Amino acid sequence: MTNHWVDIRNSDCILIMGSNAAENHPISMKWVMKAKENGATIISVDPRFTRTSSIAQIYAPLRSGTDIAFLGGMVSYILTNNKYFKEYVDNYTNASYIVGDKYDFNDGLFSGYDKDKRKYDAALWAFKRDAKGVPEKDPTFQNPRCVLQLLKKHYSRYTPEKVSEITGTPVPDLLKVYEAYAATGVPDKAGSVLYALGWTHHTVGSQNIRTSAIIQLLLGNIGIAGGGINALRGQPNVQGSTDGCLLFHLIPGYLRVPRTSQQSLEAYLAPTPKTAEPQSVNWWQNYPKYAVSLLKTFYGDKATKENDFGYAWLPKADDGKTYSWLDIFDEMYGGKIKGMFIWSQNPAGSSPNTTKVVRGLAKLDWLVHANIFNNETASFWHGPGMDPKNIKTEVFLLPAACSVERDGSLTNSGRLVQWRYKAVDAPGDAIPDGEMVNRLMAKIRALYAKEGGKYPEPVLNVKWDYLDDKGRFDPHKMAKAINGYFLKDVTLKDPAGKDVQFKKGDLVPTFGFLQADGNTSCGNWLYCASYTNAGNMMARRGKEDPTGLGLYPNWAWVWPVNRRVLYNRASCDPGGKPWNPKRPLLQWDGSKWVGDVPDGPWPPMADKEKGKLPFIMKPDGRAFLFGPGMVDGPFPEHYEPLESPLAKNLMSAQLNNPAIKIFKSDLDKVASADPKFPIVCSTYTVTEHWCSGSMTRWQPWLLEAQPELFVEISPELAKEVGVKNGERVKVASIRGYVEAVAMVTPRFQPFKVGGRVVHQVGMPFCFGWLIPKTGKDSTTNLLTPGVGDANTMCPEYKAFMVNVTKA
Amino acid sequence: MSNGYSILVDTSKCTACRGCQIACKQWNRLPGTSTKNFGSYQNPEDLSADTWKLVRFQDGRNGNGKVYWHFFTDQCRHCLSPGCMAESEKGEIIQDEKTGAVIFTAKTKDLDFKATLEGCPFNIPRQNKETKVLAKCTMCFDRITNGLIPACVKSCPTGAMLFGDRDAIVDKAKKRVEELKKTFPNAKALNADDVRVIYVVKDDPKTYYQYAAGK
Repeated sequence: MTNHWVDIRNSDCILIMGSNAAENHPISMKWVMKAKENGATIISVDPRFTRTSSIAQIYAPLRSGTDIAFLGGMVSYILTNNKYFKEYVDNYTNASYIVGDKYDFNDGLFSGYDKDKRKYDAALWAFKRDAKGVPEKDPTFQNPRCVLQLLKKHYSRYTPEKVSEITGTPVPDLLKVYEAYAATGVPDKAGSVLYALGWTHHTVGSQNIRTSAIIQLLLGNIGIAGGGINALRGQPNVQGSTDGCLLFHLIPGYLRVPRTSQQSLEAYLAPTPKTAEPQSVNWWQNYPKYAVSLLKTFYGDKATKENDFGYAWLPKADDGKTYSWLDIFDEMYGGKIKGMFIWSQNPAGSSPNTTKVVRGLAKLDWLVHANIFNNETASFWHGPGMDPKNIKTEVFLLPAACSVERDGSLTNSGRLVQWRYKAVDAPGDAIPDGEMVNRLMAKIRALYAKEGGKYPEPVLNVKWDYLDDKGRFDPHKMAKAINGYFLKDVTLKDPAGKDVQFKKGDLVPTFGFLQADGNTSCGNWLYCASYTNAGNMMARRGKEDPTGLGLYPNWAWVWPVNRRVLYNRASCDPGGKPWNPKRPLLQWDGSKWVGDVPDGPWPPMADKEKGKLPFIMKPDGRAFLFGPGMVDGPFPEHYEPLESPLAKNLMSAQLNNPAIKIFKSDLDKVASADPKFPIVCSTYTVTEHWCSGSMTRWQPWLLEAQPELFVEISPELAKEVGVKNGERVKVASIRGYVEAVAMVTPRFQPFKVGGRVVHQVGMPFCFGWLIPKTGKDSTTNLLTPGVGDANTMCPEYKAFMVNVTKA
Repeated sequence: MSNGYSILVDTSKCTACRGCQIACKQWNRLPGTSTKNFGSYQNPEDLSADTWKLVRFQDGRNGNGKVYWHFFTDQCRHCLSPGCMAESEKGEIIQDEKTGAVIFTAKTKDLDFKATLEGCPFNIPRQNKETKVLAKCTMCFDRITNGLIPACVKSCPTGAMLFGDRDAIVDKAKKRVEELKKTFPNAKALNADDVRVIYVVKDDPKTYYQYAAGK
């Protein structure tokens, strides 16, 4: 979230799209309801009329996988009807930048496409720069190559009629949404976007979110109270694990994974962004400080300037290669992986194309699984279709302590890091994950010390001093290491230029003091200031609310540096006055910012000498309407899901996202525009179960409330299939089938797409064969295709093709 | 005597998370029963001796063709003049003077279940098949007499349920109806003068549940 949960209440219009917030994030509705009571309009856009839709004033259906078409139409509406917030767009976005001559877009393809590699050369989309390297701009927006003009041209194709033909949303519904949401493009209104897996689970997932970013920037909704782009995260600490290094291309703090072509620290740090824009902060120029401080955390005294701070010991990823969940199971199925640790996940329930996952697991020599319950993954070897006699995999199931059985931090969607206390002892032999890693590490190090091995240095040189006086994992020591220490006595300058002295062993008070010379350590620069000499900031429980906007600055701690709303300097005009005086998140009093922790102490940009642009994470200080950093194009473009009811994209000659990776194993079957599988299917979860249900299906009250797999279908489709409400049906894709209870409901409506009727169904993926043992339920993900988003590899769970027949 | 307590259930704020249904089971130590999906999110299908609070789900299309999905978190209304008590002659059912809670005691095993059920306009009482004891919501009598609010109210994330002094709750219900009427002309508070658990609905109560406003 750029903003946070409580802030939703400050909104005038809330677009809930790609999210069924009421179902999957019930507490969000506390704030949505408060906004509604204050007069906000709630919009729900979803293929199915959901629990969220039931409280929205405006509901619009759309066919799964067509969000960019829907939102592209909104971009066009905003531009055509001059609904954008001109002063914001002029000053804070790259609307006036001139795009270089090599950028082009033709019939669904951007320039620079290599068909064989399925990759773009994004260098062709660079901005035009002057001799000093400053982006060329046209403040009059007349130049046809300026971003605003290119944006207008690109989305002029997304007329309401064209959009409706693709999405199946009736034109009046589209216009109702566009009109209501575009009304927030004025200084005293705030529009908030709430999204979740309904946007990410697509081959165009990242671009779904990019489209919303374009809309939010055009309307001046980023950085303000009641605005923002708010990813509602699912698992309680998924934000924390993402900040750590959950994703395959990142190490802690959103730093890049080193690549094989970067053999020295110098080569690794070479891509550190530079800027020639005089008023740009270019925060990422600090990259070397964060990278070196991280290496000092990993390797301690063994990391020296002479040995590149141990950079050589970090594993390197091959250039251009992805290492996603999909890749892992593809390699495993190909027999290239021998052993695996799986911590608290259930891929045999939650991964797409489960047949491939399970057959991949069967090729392992060993599998170690840590969880609080047995699940379909740990027991894959005696699941349906498996003969334990023929499976060599040795499986170890380690009993884990659950969240209330251990101390630690938990980071919620709003980047709020709260310290959590242990409530009860874990049962039996169950221990916290941190202790498991601790014991493993001790054993592995002992073995390397004794036996040597191919490359023992990375293991033996790791600094590992996170133990309490009884030799157990100590989360406080880990949290302090993540915050970072001064490693020798130093004198540094504070932001005002005054000398400040720090002693060896002091906790670093804020990331502004981190150094690239090896004198500081920090396990994650974003968490620097979370645990300081003043104490554990995450354990604070102050309830003061000085702004009245619900920022609660003394409740726990928010990364970065307790800033509650990101890019908050954009909530003010270039002179530092709040755009909306009724909701002043921040204001410049002539010498300092007052309100939230500002996005940097510098004066607002109107001060030509010392003032800075608000989008400090962008090299040139302005937010990206034109985004040359994406692998699949600088403007989001509608492509059909890998499996679609259409043989031809109604928008261009390019059917699917040209930059997605296509897996080629015999189990990666695809059936698009195939009369055998004519029905669009989407998967989702329910309030009562979490993710694959591997924790919640063991809970009798939750199982009682949602006991078995169902598929929601419209009365029209039910009639065609010949099935009544409550009867059992078979749902099949080309990859497999499951049986489910038919839930016949008008909440699903047939779509009119490309002049014909297209049906859609939907089903949860929280059930499985292990529990409850009815012998009927199977894993919905047997149906889903193993294909991911071009930028992130996040699987396309939300749109694929099936057939439904009577069981 | 004060006017006791009341609960406001503002269905216009309910998102059917079912926190209340589960919280009821948790506080009252009621077991999860074995259920089947009968073509609805609603489950268990009905109230029982093991389920005193149930979120009922009802979808459909209204007069102008618009889809709706209504949620009705069903429970004992704790009537001011409880119909179920007509059968109670030996203290099988008690109406607590201070709180107004209507309590089924263990002695209800001696009552005629069918007659007791008939007496309830809202189809609430259920019987434990083995012990023959009748069961339903107690207004969390053991909580409200110890300074706590009912478990269901406590669990509600959206503020759809409120607990408090009856006069204040009735007042709140009436005010809420006036607000809702601006958008939903059919909005009303159900049986506000006769029951302690007062539901506010946006539309015809029958589109929520057939006994929402009574038989």
